[in-house]
Amino acid sequence: MIRIDGVTKRYPDGTVAVDRLSLDIPDGAITVFVGPSGCGKTTTLRMINRMVEPSEGRILIDGEDSRRQPVNTLRRSMGYVIQNAGLFQHRTIVDNIATVPRLLGWSKEKARSRARELMERVGLDGSLAKRYPYQLSGGQQQRVGVARALAADPPVLLMDEPFSAVDPVVRKGLQDELLRIQAELGKTIVFVTHDIDEAVKLGTMVAVMRTGGRLAQYAPPAELLSDPADAFVEDFLGADRGIRRLSFFPSAELELLTGPVAAAGTGRTAARDTGDAPYLLVTDADGRPLGWAEPGLPTDGPVDPGRLLPCGRPFVAGQDSLRAALDCAVLSPTGWAVAVDGSGRVAGVVSQQAIGEAIRAAHAGGRSDGADTGASAKVAG
Amino acid sequence: MNVLHFVGAFFGDSAHWHGYDGIPTRLLEHLRYSLIALGVAAAVGLPAGLLTGHTGRGGNVLAFIATAARALPSFGLLVLMFILFGFGLVPVMIPLVVLAVPPILVTTYEAMRSVDPSPVDAARGMGMSEARILFQVELPVALPVVLGGLRTAAVQIVSTATIAAYVSLGGLGRYIMDGLYQHDYEKVVGGATLVAALALVTLALFWAAGRLTVSPGVRRRG
Ligand SMILES: Nc1ncnc2c1ncn2[C@@H]1O[C@H](COP(=O)(O)OP(=O)(O)OP(=O)(O)O)[C@@H](O)[C@H]1O
Ligand SMILES: [Mg+2]
Repeated sequence: MIRIDGVTKRYPDGTVAVDRLSLDIPDGAITVFVGPSGCGKTTTLRMINRMVEPSEGRILIDGEDSRRQPVNTLRRSMGYVIQNAGLFQHRTIVDNIATVPRLLGWSKEKARSRARELMERVGLDGSLAKRYPYQLSGGQQQRVGVARALAADPPVLLMDEPFSAVDPVVRKGLQDELLRIQAELGKTIVFVTHDIDEAVKLGTMVAVMRTGGRLAQYAPPAELLSDPADAFVEDFLGADRGIRRLSFFPSAELELLTGPVAAAGTGRTAARDTGDAPYLLVTDADGRPLGWAEPGLPTDGPVDPGRLLPCGRPFVAGQDSLRAALDCAVLSPTGWAVAVDGSGRVAGVVSQQAIGEAIRAAHAGGRSDGADTGASAKVAG
Repeated sequence: MNVLHFVGAFFGDSAHWHGYDGIPTRLLEHLRYSLIALGVAAAVGLPAGLLTGHTGRGGNVLAFIATAARALPSFGLLVLMFILFGFGLVPVMIPLVVLAVPPILVTTYEAMRSVDPSPVDAARGMGMSEARILFQVELPVALPVVLGGLRTAAVQIVSTATIAAYVSLGGLGRYIMDGLYQHDYEKVVGGATLVAALALVTLALFWAAGRLTVSPGVRRRG
């Protein structure tokens, strides 16, 4: 565990970048520091590996003052990833990744084979090994940065806005990758970002900092969204925090109706059999959704897909969050969301109204269980 | 009577190819002065430039020294040193070194300063020692520019080493000095041609050194 204990950083020009900060960073989890520009996130991160020395207070690593060990030994036990990756442009990708193992005295072959292993782990094709950094895209470079930080298998990973310089699609890929790596390796990750969505998505714990280097709130993301400590945090979370909070509620409790679902060619007609739903969801023989049939449209014989209303993107029952389910319903032309199972077969349909009731029930029950359902729900939301 | 004619006559004369005043001897002498001067200048300029560039401290002092050194005329310095030290290699070496240190020092400093700070930050965060950061992170990236500074210095030394002849030493300057004195323009042109050729060879050597030592990952930046 990393304990930040009453730490203040005053730069020589008098700027107080961090002001009496105290918090515990749990092992094997992602702790995110988030806050507006200049609030002291980078300074805090860099005090952990002593790139910046605290003016007051101390930082304990597993109970021991971080100043007790030689600074380079400390740093080699912590992977460090920065915004623009900071790759060594004169070294090939594999040699960039092999840097810390080489520093630790590994042989060249051993370090390189370890580096290739890590390329695979972070989703980089082996054919890139012999390339130089300038021959890689920004997203690939960032992956190399992560692989390089992981190379010597340090228990701690420090990441300073590692994904902020890539486009949103690549960023989402990198975030998902980080969650996967974290799940596999169980590293203690300290992650700095100014993007609250990224913080909520990645963080097991989120520390919101305010200008002047003070801690505004330190909580799991679901709690942050449901109970912001003050107006600053609430403001920082943004206007749609209620919607975003739905990411933490699983869709498993939704009652799915199978009545208004029929495979094409079964002879049923929408008008007769849909029960509560005004529309009938038509599937193919495999049970995959084709579209909504309006009342009265016969469904015997081959269905002309052109006569069906599109069913839009379905959500995965049980796996996706209430947020995803609500999103599907909102986007659906019928106002009904389609739920599928893991293999894409229809599990049932659910109305906006039913989702709304589930949301109310979830809020009342406070079942925002970030730890269990959070990981998968957050990915979907 | 054109220059080419002089060149042809100079190199065609077999008498110019051996003896103590032959081309091989003079060329070797010239090379020797040049290499010593470049070696001393690099020994002074490179460490100072690398260290100030790495730490970012002392840049102003360095710029002052370099400007002052540039303002000194090589020939004047030669005469002064000759008066102080008399005959010998030292009065020749001092102006050559003074000439060569500023481009090496300033270029090396600038090259180190212009290295992207983020890989350096990453390296420090990984626990690399400062010496390793200097030699394994900064220098490989700064190398093309550092070599450029050395190349400028080397070419200046090669052409200026002709002044050795003024204090009765050898080198290719002998042909120019003696030729002018004897009104033997064939000799003057021949000497000048040799100096120019040596300067071109120097350029070629530096180009080759760059190809060999600069990583392809850095080189593409030109
Ligand atoms: N070396 C320094 N000397 C003086 N002041 C500094 C120094 N480094 C940072 N600061 C100041 O300390 C404060 C916190 O800086 P820091 O870099 O930690 O912020 P940050 O939260 O990481 O911001 P950003 O999101 O913009 O990266 C800022 O006001 C900054 O100007
Ligand atoms: Mg920062």
